[in-house]
Amino acid sequence: MGILEVQNVNKSFGGLKALHNVNLDIEEGKIHAIIGPNGAGKSTLLNCFVGKLTPDTGTVMFDGHSLLGIKPYEINQLGVSRVFQTPEIFSELSVWENTLIPCFAKRDGSFTLNALSRVSDNKDMAEKAEKMLVDVDLINKKDMLASSMSRGDKRRLEMAMCLSQNPKLLLLDEPTAGMARADTESTIELLKSIQKKLKITMAIIEHDMGVVFSLAQKISVLAQGTVIVEDIPENIKGHPKVKEAYLGEAQVEGNMRDD
Amino acid sequence: MNTISKADMKTLFFVAIIALLAPFILNPFPTDSGLAQFNAGYPDLMQRFAIYGILAIGFNILFGLTGYLSFGHAAFLGVGSYSAVWMFKLLSMNIIPALILSVIVAGLFSLLIGFISLRRSGIYFSILTLAFAQMSFALAYSVLTPLTNGETGLQITLNDPRILAAENVSGNLPVTTLFGLEMRDTWAMQVGAWDFQFNIGYYICAIFLLLAFYLSIRIFRSPFGMMLRAVKTNQNRLNYTGINTRPYTLAAFVISGMYAGLAGGLMASMDPLAGAERMQWTASGEIVLMTILGGTGTLLGPVMGAGFIKYFENIFSKINDTVLHGWFSWMPDGLENIIVWVLHLFTGKGWHLTLGIMFMLIVIFLPGGLMEGMSRIGNWWKRRKGDDDAESKSTTTAAE
Amino acid sequence: MDAILLQILNGLDKGSAYALIALGLTLIFGTLGVVNFAHGALFMLGAFCAVSLQKLVAVSKITIDPSQVDFLGNPLKVKTPYVIEWFGPKIGNAIIDWNVPLAIIIAIPVMLLIGYVMERGLIKHFYKRPHADQILVTFGLAIVIQELVKANFGANPIPTPAPDQFVGSFNVGALIGLDASYPYWRLIYFAFSALIISSVFAFLRFTTFGMVVRAGMADRETVGLLGINIDRRFTIMFGIAAAVAGLAGVMYTPINSPNYHMGMDFLVLSFVVVVVGGMGSLPGAVSAGFLLGILESFASMNEVKGFFEMLYLPSIDQIIIYLVAIIVLLTRPRGLMGKAGVMEE
Repeated sequence: MGILEVQNVNKSFGGLKALHNVNLDIEEGKIHAIIGPNGAGKSTLLNCFVGKLTPDTGTVMFDGHSLLGIKPYEINQLGVSRVFQTPEIFSELSVWENTLIPCFAKRDGSFTLNALSRVSDNKDMAEKAEKMLVDVDLINKKDMLASSMSRGDKRRLEMAMCLSQNPKLLLLDEPTAGMARADTESTIELLKSIQKKLKITMAIIEHDMGVVFSLAQKISVLAQGTVIVEDIPENIKGHPKVKEAYLGEAQVEGNMRDD
Repeated sequence: MNTISKADMKTLFFVAIIALLAPFILNPFPTDSGLAQFNAGYPDLMQRFAIYGILAIGFNILFGLTGYLSFGHAAFLGVGSYSAVWMFKLLSMNIIPALILSVIVAGLFSLLIGFISLRRSGIYFSILTLAFAQMSFALAYSVLTPLTNGETGLQITLNDPRILAAENVSGNLPVTTLFGLEMRDTWAMQVGAWDFQFNIGYYICAIFLLLAFYLSIRIFRSPFGMMLRAVKTNQNRLNYTGINTRPYTLAAFVISGMYAGLAGGLMASMDPLAGAERMQWTASGEIVLMTILGGTGTLLGPVMGAGFIKYFENIFSKINDTVLHGWFSWMPDGLENIIVWVLHLFTGKGWHLTLGIMFMLIVIFLPGGLMEGMSRIGNWWKRRKGDDDAESKSTTTAAE
Repeated sequence: MDAILLQILNGLDKGSAYALIALGLTLIFGTLGVVNFAHGALFMLGAFCAVSLQKLVAVSKITIDPSQVDFLGNPLKVKTPYVIEWFGPKIGNAIIDWNVPLAIIIAIPVMLLIGYVMERGLIKHFYKRPHADQILVTFGLAIVIQELVKANFGANPIPTPAPDQFVGSFNVGALIGLDASYPYWRLIYFAFSALIISSVFAFLRFTTFGMVVRAGMADRETVGLLGINIDRRFTIMFGIAAAVAGLAGVMYTPINSPNYHMGMDFLVLSFVVVVVGGMGSLPGAVSAGFLLGILESFASMNEVKGFFEMLYLPSIDQIIIYLVAIIVLLTRPRGLMGKAGVMEE
């Protein structure tokens, strides 16, 4: 029994079948990667998890709740956080405020009009935010405007914001896309240490096979809208079906790295 | 007092001093000098400064923090005025119940309009609020004539019940008071050639302005205010942080509607009448302009913008062709006529043209308003000073 | 039945104006992604093209006729419009009489030019600015245009009559066995609007230019990547939208005498039309325009008004459009024909 169960999900756009009977089972506490060639339906699948798209048929169950037909904020309240391909942060606010906002957000989403207390008077929130910034190594940049940071730092900030909510499941959409090598390495290290410390379940969509194989404990390969293989990384390497999916590329390891 | 920070306390103190000394500051020219027309220390005008200041502060809580551009705030101003005048008609001429009702009614009205308009964001929201404001105007102008007295406007009369007031034996229309203090009471102080006027009504408005300003500081620095700024920069991330933005934006909308209601109530308290024209789209546009002119999202900007616009409205409207001819009479006749003809477009009744052009210029060249302009000048000044002694020192300021 | 037919007909002319303005608004929004708060001002400028032409053709040469005297005994000054002087009384009078239709010829190039200049000179610089700035700057422009017109033409409405042939009414109802007489000019206005609307649609559907524009509306970047100068075409579309609004204004003058604030009055209602029709949908804008125009006219029927008066709501016709908009918005937030994803952050 996984924490996120996807059963028989179908989704088509017009005549195009984007997802075809997708079944997926993400186990609690594991890092699960979803890979596949361009146009395999990875992003469509992810969007079905977070309420952006509703599948035509099938179910998406998270921790006993259906994720279908409910709003993104309700999905987050169930314990799903998401890191975007291009970091979605509050770019006009300072790094410090960026981290404070998820701290102030009530886990059940309830609204309180705390219009008269001062942000700086909430010591416990400040402690929580500070701890998060230390964790992602951004504490010395806390007064910077979020938009003026490097892409790697933005990604770390976004991750800090997601993690301060103690999510049960963290969705990562190409967390290293467009990053310099050094940033990629540090992101991998960050994710590993988070996993070790907090035991958060993560689902990663990723192009970079280096990242996938150094992080994932389980991999699902998506091709033409359907899951063709689901296995541990060692068995994915060199799997004939996977090779076939990547256009008959003979040397999976070599070519996939350049992807 | 640790409810607001030291820097904010300074700003508040600064505004308080200006407000207290306004009758002096706004009256720099001797009464019978030629420049007396540039004075602004009249009770009527000073009241307007304070009232529009409150209005702009409230609008800024919505637009400045959340980025939701409402084109319908004049509707709440109008609603506040009507409520206040009804209180004067039914209850008594005391302004306190009138103001309370203004704020409550405007709050309820903005709750209703906000509930519907905030279903959409961006351009859609602006269009919807504009439409609602026009609808409110139509309601006030014709549909709800029994409540608003249509195009004549709502006024107090001798026959009004005024159940809490003592019987009126004088036969004159009663005046608005605060427990006996008459709003129109003015004490004039003559110092040499100067004539300073201290008006009760103005000081009441100024007190409300300070309260409004203090409250807006608190909101700006609160977690709620931070959430509102987060709404402005990235709603998507807020949604993925488990936050439904609707209650936040609605609360901001209602708060700013209540500010507008208070302003409307004060307007009626200074002069007990209310008309539909107060709700027209031009009035809404003026509120927007005050805020962006001063500096959207800044604390002090909207108050400055309101003062600036109301001051120049007053000055420009007074300049007619005779005044213009007086100014340029030293020129050759032909040139004088041409200049007067050009300036005529912008002054007197042409004030709205000036307003429109100012609107465009500010949006195009100075989106941050006067506050940004001031900080730009400040930076330029610093840099210039820095250049002077840059000969010896390394230029750290240039990196800015 | 007669009354119903009459109300439908009455609604058509206002509906036509709403539809034409809303069509232009939607075109600009769809192509450039800008909501043009100055679009009402373009409608008003069109109307003032007709007013200007009327003033122009009335410019007269003053001659003194010694054979006649006025009541003071001075020789009579006779005014002869130059058009009569130049083209003879027959053609000259026809020109004066037909000035509104003739104004179309002037309005098309003038409005295209105004639209072009507006887009290149102002709107272009605002594509990358926040929506609020786009709204504010066009709003400021609307005030400026309006005040300039006021300074030039005064604040009062200026009567601009239709050609004599079209004054009077025609019993439309007789065609289908009913009785409903209807002014000629309003029929012409409706037919004219229908012609413009169908030409715009045909232009977008059947010409290569239109095809590219439609493709650009759907996916601007891809079309740009194909090496097509989509910006240029969008500028032209802005000009066309301005011309459509202008023509709507020219032809509307005989129905209601133009004044400087007519643009904003129509603009607010046209916005409501766009919202009801569905942001970004051209057919939605047109059909909602006619729908709301007809609805407004029904609400002004004495029977309907009387009914609402019993509910203490006199002059329901003033607000009916807004009420409908609220209901539509609460039940179908995207409007009647709105597409998903338009203006949804």
